[in-house]
Amino acid sequence: MKVLRLGIGLAIVFAASWALAQGMADKGATDKRRSGTQDMGEALQKMQDDDTANPGMLFVQLGGQLWGKAAGAAGKSCADCHGGAASMKGVAARYPAIPKDADAPVDLEGRINLCRTANQQAAGFPPESRELLALAAYVAHQSRGLPIAPPDDPKLVPFRLKGQDLWKVRQGQLNLSCAICHDDNAGRKLAGVTIPEAHPTGYPIYRLEWQTLGSLKRRLRNCLAGIRAEPYAYDATEYVMLDLFLMDRARGMMLESPGVRP
Amino acid sequence: MLRPGLLAAALALAAPAAVAQQIAPQIVGDGIPASLTGQPGDAARGRAIVANRGIGLCLLCHSGPIAEERFQGDLSPSLAGAGSRWSEGQLRLRIVDGARLNADTIMPAYYRTSGLQRVARNFDGKTILSAAQVEDVVAYLATLKD
Ligand code: HEC
Ligand code: HEC
Repeated sequence: MKVLRLGIGLAIVFAASWALAQGMADKGATDKRRSGTQDMGEALQKMQDDDTANPGMLFVQLGGQLWGKAAGAAGKSCADCHGGAASMKGVAARYPAIPKDADAPVDLEGRINLCRTANQQAAGFPPESRELLALAAYVAHQSRGLPIAPPDDPKLVPFRLKGQDLWKVRQGQLNLSCAICHDDNAGRKLAGVTIPEAHPTGYPIYRLEWQTLGSLKRRLRNCLAGIRAEPYAYDATEYVMLDLFLMDRARGMMLESPGVRP
Repeated sequence: MLRPGLLAAALALAAPAAVAQQIAPQIVGDGIPASLTGQPGDAARGRAIVANRGIGLCLLCHSGPIAEERFQGDLSPSLAGAGSRWSEGQLRLRIVDGARLNADTIMPAYYRTSGLQRVARNFDGKTILSAAQVEDVVAYLATLKD
């Protein structure tokens, strides 16, 4: 009896994964988009896929601890309001979003800091701080494997369009745009490096060069510095608008956070 | 109280160095025949500039016959043979401001500061290469015969 049940269980699992594989194969035929992960060497892909080797998982763990820790004048933890990790499933897949009663979108880190200030009555975490990245990684991890699904909120549209403008505008002393590299020349080599399509699927990522976790914002600042453009201020909405554009461009692609990058 | 005439004179006095640098290179046909400095460049220095990822940046996009630089780009034509395809004057214009020949080019203008947006503070108002560096690069490219 036990064996039979196991057999049925396995059959269901296999049928499910077969359907999934079929779905992916169908998509693969038309969907030529590539996550940055696919442009990495096999060793790094393995490191990303293996939770015991992926250094980003240490941040996810730290995020899990912070999730349960009371903070601020309100003396509440994230878990006190949201419950367990399962409540965060799918959240990262639909950010940036416009908070209730607000006019402008926030990214995932911005949303976390809103909860800090408004609900916990604590100071917001500084950009790229360990705590902020850890919480973002913890929340994003709950969406690993889910397709990116930006909300249909019409209020987001103008911000997304502005993000698209930023994507296309040439800037910096080298006078290049994001689109020149990531649309027109993706897959080619910039010096030795394969130019990725710039999908935000893996963020926050653990970058070996940084020796730490970093946000999408940090990645964008690197690209701006590379073309010798003045990076936007840390709290600038430009990053959120680019994020909105990138998430829409990656709609349907699978979230992989925490990603690993060279 | 500084009168306008005096102010102009003061500016004129302060200006010569900058003005000498900013003299617009004379374009003739599809080239700039005259050296930007009035002097010929140095090909060995030019090679070092081209090879340097932080100075010339050329190998980000181009490949070239510089074997010790393993990481080269493939966004644009190889520099090999550039000296047999183009005259020094043609090469000079392509380095100074390739957009004069192809408005959509992705190759940065190495000796132009106008028409750029949101340049990082530490590079603002500066050309990517100096006039002397442009001449060195031109001298090097001219040696690249097939
Ligand atoms: C001159 C070429 C160039 C330009 C211009 C450029 N990038 Fe990049 N970008 C790169 C390269 C190369 C990488 C990969 C770097 C690496 O992994 O070492 C990258 C990485 C990225 C990534 C990370 C992708 C991943 O899978 O991790 C994103 C997102 C991105 N860029 C967005 C942008 C945006 C937005 C802009 C404009 C503000 C921009 N880039 C401008 C070359 C460029
Ligand atoms: C961001 C990319 C980029 C960088 C950096 C760059 N180039 Fe180019 N270059 C190009 C492209 C693309 C072309 C093709 C012509 C066009 O786009 O109009 C080109 C064309 C040329 C040509 C004419 C090629 C031929 O034989 O037809 C020369 C010579 C040249 N570049 C030299 C250089 C040198 C020297 C440097 C550095 C000092 C440099 N380039 C930096 C992108 C680049």
